Amino acid sequence: MYCNTFGRFACRVFRESRFQCPMNKGQGTMSKRLATWTSCKHYKQFLERHLSNLKFMGVATRLVQHVRTVSHSTLDPAEVRKFQAMANKWWDLQGDFAALHSLNDLRVPFIRDNLLNVHSVHPISKPLAGLRILDVGCGGGLLTEPLGRLGAVVLGIDPVEDNVRIAELHASHDPVLQDHVQYRACTLEELADEEEEHFDAVLASEVLEHLADLDTFIHCCHCVLKPGGSLFITTINRTQLSYVSSIVLAEWLLRIVPGGTHDWDKFITPVELERLLESSGFCVESLRGMFYNPACGAWSWQKSTAVNYALHALKQRAEPQQDHIQPESDGLDASAHTDGPHQYNIRTAGRDTHTHTT
Amino acid sequence: STCLCKRTLNRIICCYFTIYDVYDIIISGGGMVGTAMACSVGFDPNLQGSKILLLEAGSKKEMDKAPDVYSTRVSSISPGSATLLSLGAWDHIVNLRCKPYQKMQVWDACSDALITFDKENLQDEMAYVVENDVIVAALTKQLHALSDQVEVQYRTKVVKYTWPRPYHAVTSIPWVKVTLADGRTLKTKLLIGADGSNSMVRREAGIPTVKWNYDQSAVVAVLHLSEPTENNVAWQRFLPTGPIAMLPLSDRESSLVWSTSHQHAEELLQMDEESFVDAINSAFWSNENQSELVEAAGSLFRAALSFLMPDGTSTRQLPPSVAGVGPKSRVMFPLGMGHASEYIRHRVALIGDAAHRVHPLAGQGANLGFGDVSCLARVLSQAAFNGKDLGEMQHLLEYETERQRHNLPMMAATDLMKRLYSTNAAPMVLLRTLGIQATNALPPLKEQIIAYASK
Repeated sequence: MYCNTFGRFACRVFRESRFQCPMNKGQGTMSKRLATWTSCKHYKQFLERHLSNLKFMGVATRLVQHVRTVSHSTLDPAEVRKFQAMANKWWDLQGDFAALHSLNDLRVPFIRDNLLNVHSVHPISKPLAGLRILDVGCGGGLLTEPLGRLGAVVLGIDPVEDNVRIAELHASHDPVLQDHVQYRACTLEELADEEEEHFDAVLASEVLEHLADLDTFIHCCHCVLKPGGSLFITTINRTQLSYVSSIVLAEWLLRIVPGGTHDWDKFITPVELERLLESSGFCVESLRGMFYNPACGAWSWQKSTAVNYALHALKQRAEPQQDHIQPESDGLDASAHTDGPHQYNIRTAGRDTHTHTT
Repeated sequence: STCLCKRTLNRIICCYFTIYDVYDIIISGGGMVGTAMACSVGFDPNLQGSKILLLEAGSKKEMDKAPDVYSTRVSSISPGSATLLSLGAWDHIVNLRCKPYQKMQVWDACSDALITFDKENLQDEMAYVVENDVIVAALTKQLHALSDQVEVQYRTKVVKYTWPRPYHAVTSIPWVKVTLADGRTLKTKLLIGADGSNSMVRREAGIPTVKWNYDQSAVVAVLHLSEPTENNVAWQRFLPTGPIAMLPLSDRESSLVWSTSHQHAEELLQMDEESFVDAINSAFWSNENQSELVEAAGSLFRAALSFLMPDGTSTRQLPPSVAGVGPKSRVMFPLGMGHASEYIRHRVALIGDAAHRVHPLAGQGANLGFGDVSCLARVLSQAAFNGKDLGEMQHLLEYETERQRHNLPMMAATDLMKRLYSTNAAPMVLLRTLGIQATNALPPLKEQIIAYASK
């Protein structure tokens, strides 16, 4: 599924990034300043393309580049270059990212409906008004823009600068998006230090399957979310079927995706993910399987999570009142999706373990 | 402080490019269909807060009460279209003027074959006859109530459309640019072309159109009947030169739509009132075109049908006689068929006559347009609820597919009927005679036809 490819690359990039989030407060200021200079640098490039007369300070940008390359990292420059080469193709609806565009048909309603269930009623034309959302690994802004149009204030982060630049350019023409959408080229760890408990929702779509250190990632998500905030994940399961479809079919036979894109060992099963989320202070609200039909290029919901799946989890509030979420969830999830019966829920009453078939 | 700096710079760029002039939807053409589209999107809850603009080259049509004289151009509005218009405009129409009818009789001049359509118990309306001016005035009044949502510019002519560049030219403006006669340029995410059968939007977008002229013109007029009558029946007779139809307007008045050759149409226009009235009455009543062979075959078939299906035959009724014509109400216009091979492009959609043009014999022209409005409004509403860019092809393709699937069979059937009834050669007459009688004998088939036409 090449819809995952570039998200995967992007997030492997930030996951293995040279910018490790400095945990103590002393260095926090430094990272904040670096992030600031980074933003200014991108802004400079953006402006230079349009208004050739504006100049910004060049020293800091060189400082930023120097700092980026010095920190330890397992970032693969070849992969970053590959993404940079493809950066311009984000918004070609018939191009390499077509499946990611069509994935919006599932993930935008999924996010919207679950957020509407958790939060109070909003004006119909802007259902997500007043919510702050973080899109991790936003790429060219494919998921960021629809949520901005629905009224949310969205911050899209991506470690690949070219992606952020393309996203900013694309959003720059639309005055509605200008007020709702912002982009930054940075990693989640950097952000976690600055923006504690700042967001109502975090999106990690087509990201998890690239990460080497899921624990830290989930921990950072926990940091940036407000209590009761939502975490939305779409990723690939680790099953025989996903091996056949994502590796054999997509990479070897149909060559939808370049060989070596996927590492099947990095795929994560819903059970493992659920266990990780619970131990990090989340409560899984819903889990749904997705199916991609390469013939018509369309996604659909399905009962089985054998290949792709989407998950919604809530950050538990400080008071130990887990019970009050679950009874509501029955009713909530029944209305959380538009085409009823295919979803199944994971109940996490206390610490009971239970099995579910995928 | 960086955020503030960035926002200020954003604002500067915005002003530089005047991107605050970007509309979400611009509808080009403020006729029946264009104004209905503006009302539909203005009312839609998912599109609240969108910037919508309607551009109309003519002046505003307002009507506080119906004028004493009926206007010549009328449309037969199906129940489906009435439902669309019931977003407020229908109440204004009912308050102004409209005439429902419950029954329709269609018969041949070359034989005795006839077919009647009626709702089972004559309680429900089959359709409504409404003057076009009344429809536009009612919709305009409804738009006035939506002035917060929908901006309307009258007497505004468009001189040029500039289409968006493809995705990879990322530095170019991605919107449709509309250049007006006064030099202003507007930008929009979606342009809806509702500018009639000679659509400039369609032409400039380079959308290929299948079209041909029928060698016919339609003569329309307001007729005064000899005596008041219940007048709840629509009459249509197929003459060899073309169909003549009478649609009820009130107890004493009806509307004439007579499709005939260009030459005959001009003669009709030149005639004095008395000769014109005689021509109409004899067109509906005389039997001179019938041949014996066809009459014999027809009556034999009818006897067989009445044996098999006793309820399947109808007696022919005659339309009310005409005594006079409304002063200066005779008009003629040429007829043709047209169909755009694509209803959509990136950021462009065509509705109404801009997309399709039919012969008036089936009374479907306006209804197809209103059907387009209702489908496109629904598609855009769902797209907005999913946070999509309104000009994206994916949902516009849905609109095109659904409407072409509905419109093409209707247009093909209308064209076929026109051609079938354009001759008085015996084999064709025999074929259509038997066909009409058979259809009349099958109520389920008639119900299907009514249901399809009522959408």
